[in-house]
Amino acid sequence: MTTPARSVSDPQHGPRPRLRSRLRSRQALRAVGGFALAAVALTACSSGDSGGSGDSDGSATKSGSGSSSKKLSGTVTVFAAASLKESFTSLGKTFEKEHPGTKVSFNFGGSDSLAASITSGAPADVFASASPKTMKTVTDAKAAKGTPATFVRNQLEIATLPGNPKKIATLKDLTGSGLKVALCAKEVPCGAAAQKALDGAGLKLTPVSYEQDVKGALTKVELKEVDASVVYKTDVNAAGGKVEGVEFPESKQAINDYPIALLKNAPNAEAATAFIDLVKSAQGQKVLGQAGFLKP
Amino acid sequence: MEDTPRRPRTPRTPRTRLRAGVPLPLLLPALGGLVFLVLPLVALLVRAPWRSLPDQLTGVAVWQALRLSLITATAATAVALVLGVPLAWLLARTRFPGRRLVRALVTLPLVLPPVVGGVALLLALGRNGIVGRWLDSAFGITLPFTTAGVVVAEAFVAMPFLVISVEGTLRAADPRYEEAATTLGASRFTAFRRVTLPMVAPGVAAGAVLAWARALGEFGATITFAGNFPGRTQTMPLSVYLALQSDPAAAIALSLVLLAVSIAVLAGLRDRWMAAS
Repeated sequence: MTTPARSVSDPQHGPRPRLRSRLRSRQALRAVGGFALAAVALTACSSGDSGGSGDSDGSATKSGSGSSSKKLSGTVTVFAAASLKESFTSLGKTFEKEHPGTKVSFNFGGSDSLAASITSGAPADVFASASPKTMKTVTDAKAAKGTPATFVRNQLEIATLPGNPKKIATLKDLTGSGLKVALCAKEVPCGAAAQKALDGAGLKLTPVSYEQDVKGALTKVELKEVDASVVYKTDVNAAGGKVEGVEFPESKQAINDYPIALLKNAPNAEAATAFIDLVKSAQGQKVLGQAGFLKP
Repeated sequence: MEDTPRRPRTPRTPRTRLRAGVPLPLLLPALGGLVFLVLPLVALLVRAPWRSLPDQLTGVAVWQALRLSLITATAATAVALVLGVPLAWLLARTRFPGRRLVRALVTLPLVLPPVVGGVALLLALGRNGIVGRWLDSAFGITLPFTTAGVVVAEAFVAMPFLVISVEGTLRAADPRYEEAATTLGASRFTAFRRVTLPMVAPGVAAGAVLAWARALGEFGATITFAGNFPGRTQTMPLSVYLALQSDPAAAIALSLVLLAVSIAVLAGLRDRWMAAS
């Protein structure tokens, strides 16, 4: 009669794990269901947002709260050149303070990749790029509304390690052997401008890397992985003491205009226009000026 | 087993066939999942610039990137084999305190976002990194922004694939053959070389192919650690990403090449596994 013992122990061991596994699978199912629901809800929300503006340019007759255009709400999505990161972030905070109920969300990156994602239908309200050329990509694709306006200009500077141990004083010094230099990729405005300055000076420079955007080129200096990079004055300012800026006369020939434009498929055109107005206003210009940008 | 089970449901043996007729709640998501996985690849084929493809693919830049990708992925796989197979053997065949922790650490790069891996490599082996600083001052070796740096980044991401695959094969292999070899007078290393390795060769090969494919597709760690310079560190995925911003047609053409390579790898692996099983 030892078998009963076993048969008793068997069920004891049998059902329990099975039950547990069933419970677990039920929990998992529930979790998955929850996720799916959340995802559906989210997409529904976002599609509702973007669908709200409609395709006509009647932004004034927006469905939703049919109140006067004074009361702004919702999220403004701004795609902006990486070099605008610090100043735009602070302007975004100002905007949110002035218009309670609004939120400004930013996507900073290389102007060319931002332009590419806008032309392939990214849901953005505002595009601020670091060169007319990248803005032209967007206007050519009929993705902008109205004409882009130049709101600031920016000048190049050499960023070197703190204390400038390699004694870099001119653009020509960068072409010396044994120096590791990072440049922006030629597709990105800062890369195009650097190339223009180098060509203007009749110099050939082989960098160790072509970075995706200006912040990438700056970071490589901050991490001391390269000895120098050619970035904007504003980036040297923003980096504080982590890098040292060296001005060079050739940068005068390669000053970048920064255009800003409202996008055609803007989900939140009203608030977006208000944000652009803030950037162009005296207050906005003051913030941008403090960051090292030049007046347009 | 003779005593009747308490629950009326008999356990299903693997023999019992699924009755025809798939329940709808399963069929619909299954089809959805299939479409979701296949559709992007179909789109790639549909939108491919077939007419200009020969011109696109004979460009110097494409070959440069493809050649660099093939060389670095192969080198990274070689590094992974030399370092990874012994590591897998250690994990499978020896007992030491903290073995589970070691295994967890080895598999970490599998789940680590590649960009994070790149940052970590930069802080370890960069010119200003913990070890890199010393490499630079003692030997003048700097890894970032060099082809060697690409190999390091790819090996870091791909090696865990190989280790896991080989370790699994070793665990499945019967250790008694090795024991027999050692009792017959072979040293442990000889037993490994002459008995174990031939036995697990299919597993090693499968792991190597997986690691190679992973290295070929590596993007995040490469661009973070090795930067982007045509001919030196710009591998295929990097040039796809860059081309997408300036010349989408070229990006699609490059993607097609990588897709073809992936399919070839998969086909090759199937045969391997067929042979192994």
